[in-house]
Amino acid sequence: MGKLKTIARRTFLIGSAGIVGGVVFGYWKYKTPYDNPLRAGLDEGASALTPYVKIDENGVTIITPRAEMGQGVHTTLAAMVAEELDVAFDEIKVEHGPASSAYYNEVALADGLPFAPTDRSWLAETVRAAVAIPAKLIGMQATGGSSTTPDGYEKMRKAGAAARLVLIEAAAQKLDVDAGTLKTKNGAVITPSGDRHSYESLAVVAAGIEPPADPPLKPQSEWRYLGKSMPRVDAVAKSTGTAEYSIDVRLSEMLYATVKMNPRLGGAMTAYDDSAAKEMRGYVKTIDIGGGIAVIADNTWRAFEAAKAVECTWADAPYPPSTEAIFATVEASFTDEQRDNRLTDIGDVDAALDGAVHIEAEYRVPILAHATMEPMNAVAWLRDGKLDIWAGNQFPTKAKEDGAAIAGIDPEQVSVHTTYLGGGFGRRVELDFIQYAVQVAKETDGKPVKVTWSREEDMCHDFYRPPAIARFRGAVEDGTPNAYDGKIASPSVLEAMSGRLGLPTAGPDKLIVDGAYGQPYAITNYRITGYRAPPSIPISSWRSVGASYNGFFHESFMDELAHAAETDPLEMRLRLINHDASRKVLEAVGEMSSWGGPLAAGKGRGVAFTLSFNVPTAEVIEVSMTEEGLKVDKAWIAADVGTALDPSILEAQLSSGLIYGLTAAIQGEITLEDGEVQQTNFHDYDGLRINQTPEIAVSVLENGDRITGIGEPGTPPAPAALANAIFAATGQRIRELPLNKHLDFV
Amino acid sequence: MQLKVNGQVHDVDVEPDMPLLWVLRDELGITGPKFGCGIAMCGACTVHVDGVAERSCSLPVGDVEGDVVTIEGLGTPAAMNAVQAAWVKHQVAQCGYCQSGQIMNAAAFLAENTDPSDADIDDAMSGNLCRCGTYPRIRAAIKSAAATLRGA
Ligand code: FES
Ligand code: FES
Repeated sequence: MGKLKTIARRTFLIGSAGIVGGVVFGYWKYKTPYDNPLRAGLDEGASALTPYVKIDENGVTIITPRAEMGQGVHTTLAAMVAEELDVAFDEIKVEHGPASSAYYNEVALADGLPFAPTDRSWLAETVRAAVAIPAKLIGMQATGGSSTTPDGYEKMRKAGAAARLVLIEAAAQKLDVDAGTLKTKNGAVITPSGDRHSYESLAVVAAGIEPPADPPLKPQSEWRYLGKSMPRVDAVAKSTGTAEYSIDVRLSEMLYATVKMNPRLGGAMTAYDDSAAKEMRGYVKTIDIGGGIAVIADNTWRAFEAAKAVECTWADAPYPPSTEAIFATVEASFTDEQRDNRLTDIGDVDAALDGAVHIEAEYRVPILAHATMEPMNAVAWLRDGKLDIWAGNQFPTKAKEDGAAIAGIDPEQVSVHTTYLGGGFGRRVELDFIQYAVQVAKETDGKPVKVTWSREEDMCHDFYRPPAIARFRGAVEDGTPNAYDGKIASPSVLEAMSGRLGLPTAGPDKLIVDGAYGQPYAITNYRITGYRAPPSIPISSWRSVGASYNGFFHESFMDELAHAAETDPLEMRLRLINHDASRKVLEAVGEMSSWGGPLAAGKGRGVAFTLSFNVPTAEVIEVSMTEEGLKVDKAWIAADVGTALDPSILEAQLSSGLIYGLTAAIQGEITLEDGEVQQTNFHDYDGLRINQTPEIAVSVLENGDRITGIGEPGTPPAPAALANAIFAATGQRIRELPLNKHLDFV
Repeated sequence: MQLKVNGQVHDVDVEPDMPLLWVLRDELGITGPKFGCGIAMCGACTVHVDGVAERSCSLPVGDVEGDVVTIEGLGTPAAMNAVQAAWVKHQVAQCGYCQSGQIMNAAAFLAENTDPSDADIDDAMSGNLCRCGTYPRIRAAIKSAAATLRGA
């Protein structure tokens, strides 16, 4: 491991370089093949520098190269730099920065490895460290997998610390004093006599100074930003209508367009007739973009109306054309040939179940859409061999590559401007909406064009959360499960995503069993097997991916076992749990919810626990039966993040994850007929509303051994906690989502 | 036709059935009101017409009678309205996309009721969807804005 560590470490060398009137700080990369995202204005020889901090006459700008889709990453990443750089938080500027492979995300890849999340063994750690190299070689600048915080935690703080040391050295040179006599305070170097030299005034001198490779970091006890709830850097803009999403981008002479693709996803278009559209006001033209059309007009609404008027003839779907037919392929996948992985295999489940009295159950979850609040859209402008793309997206380096390939130009000539995202949840890792915009931009004679999808187009052309089925067998002995056998079948999201990226798809896909395998329960005979169902509709990552359904599967069946064992479901989990941080979140949520305390008739509480994205998360939900249907009254969440950087953002994200999970649990379902998605808008694929949302209390713990991200872990336990509460209140065990197929909700 | 938006009169030459939302966004460049669904199901496009909260995606511009106020007209970053200030204080926004509509809806509602109960808030706000699930903080922000408006 020593050697790997050394190589990985070298990727973190910090550099600085002059820019016009200032300096940038960041990382040099190991044998870097990458382009410098701030090439323009950089000195020769400084071309491999990736900036995280930029200081010029306008002040301090922190580059936060991850998508801000609500999860607060711009604030937390900026706080990491600001903490070490010693600047006033309300004086910094924050920018997403350009698309660059240098902003690669190594944590997202490491988390794709088939080791149990609690596995801190030498082997697991060695392989995780080695991943730093291929991640960089692939150069993915992606946001997802709750990876931003762990990925940035060291890089961002070191960038701030190195910049601060260089600025001190710059002041020492400028004033001809010993650097050891100087201090910093809120964006300035302070001399022993109390004179203040702002960082801006030192930037040009700083540009000539080589930064330390491995600057020391502040001890946690001295933090003044990290560990505190910081004012979000986007709060004012997002409360005044001034935050810019790509749908808001305006350029001079800009045209407006929309797309209408084959509703049988990925199917061809055999003909189209745009004669009626041609008569409409503001219509510019219709383009065949392969599998559908784009209609250009002088206003978005006119483009929508014209697209409706274009008659298209669609070919068949390249997959089984109905929900039933798709589920049949999943049902048929529990075979030896389709066995994908068995990442938990403890004791001898078959022997333990053989002849024993045991329970069996089958669970299933539907296909789901992301339904981000901002429909898919992008602005593209292709002129003079240059392409600019404005898009809220989770994968700017891929956007750059795709844009270049479609426009037929060099990636050097492509600039990707990542705006705020009106929701991501995994949808904006997929870049179809950017690809279409670039195709349209080739047909506008050098004018910029904004391509906005209608909600209907967005709902019916997602990369969906795949359907999944689980089959369980289990037995109890003396009030405790002694055999737990889970089989889970689903199409492979990894295969789908890797295939689109041109990456190898071989090897097991642990996403199929994420949130079910490696759960820290000491069950004597415990086995989780994943089965890979064949590909059908387009699928991708959906907030918490496999854990989004495995939390429901695994923890509902745990509840069934507790019932069979005639024991309290929380007590039973506490008896089984063999991971300290996990035990503590269960204890916390029990205490917060007064678990076991008296409840009025018609009320029930359910508990669920999922270890996902390295975050042990326990949730309790309380429901009541009312005249109008079932009401979700309260929810409690306890999660362990290792080190809590921003309590307010953590609370918001955990609550958000829970609500997203409850939406899916109660009412989320995409169905297909004749190859077409049947749900079209929020009237038939709605999100939870304020009146359906429970009171939520959150507790964030810090017993874990590593820092973690929190965008997703709130989601997986929510459906099971709710279904278990319904069982407690009504005696009805619902094994299929959405729950409203079986029960009325208020 | 003429349209008064945020105190300014604009001449617009569009079909009367074009929804107000698209006149604001694409013709006048006022992008605070957002497009979410186009069928009055999400509230992202909410603006005030003579003080009443309206879904601008489903309001033909030809039917607009009265002064239009958008989130930009409610307050600015330098001079926020009490509702906007409460939104910042409670750090409501996540992705933020629904929040122009949430704030406009809340502002119209609070103009009528400055001492809302939880049930009043649920009733008034259930037409505004937030996929990020910011509802707990929306509730808190509305209560705190109400207190400010009451002068409490
Ligand atoms: S866009 Fe108007 S209500 Fe959804
Ligand atoms: S804050 Fe994202 S939809 Fe409401």
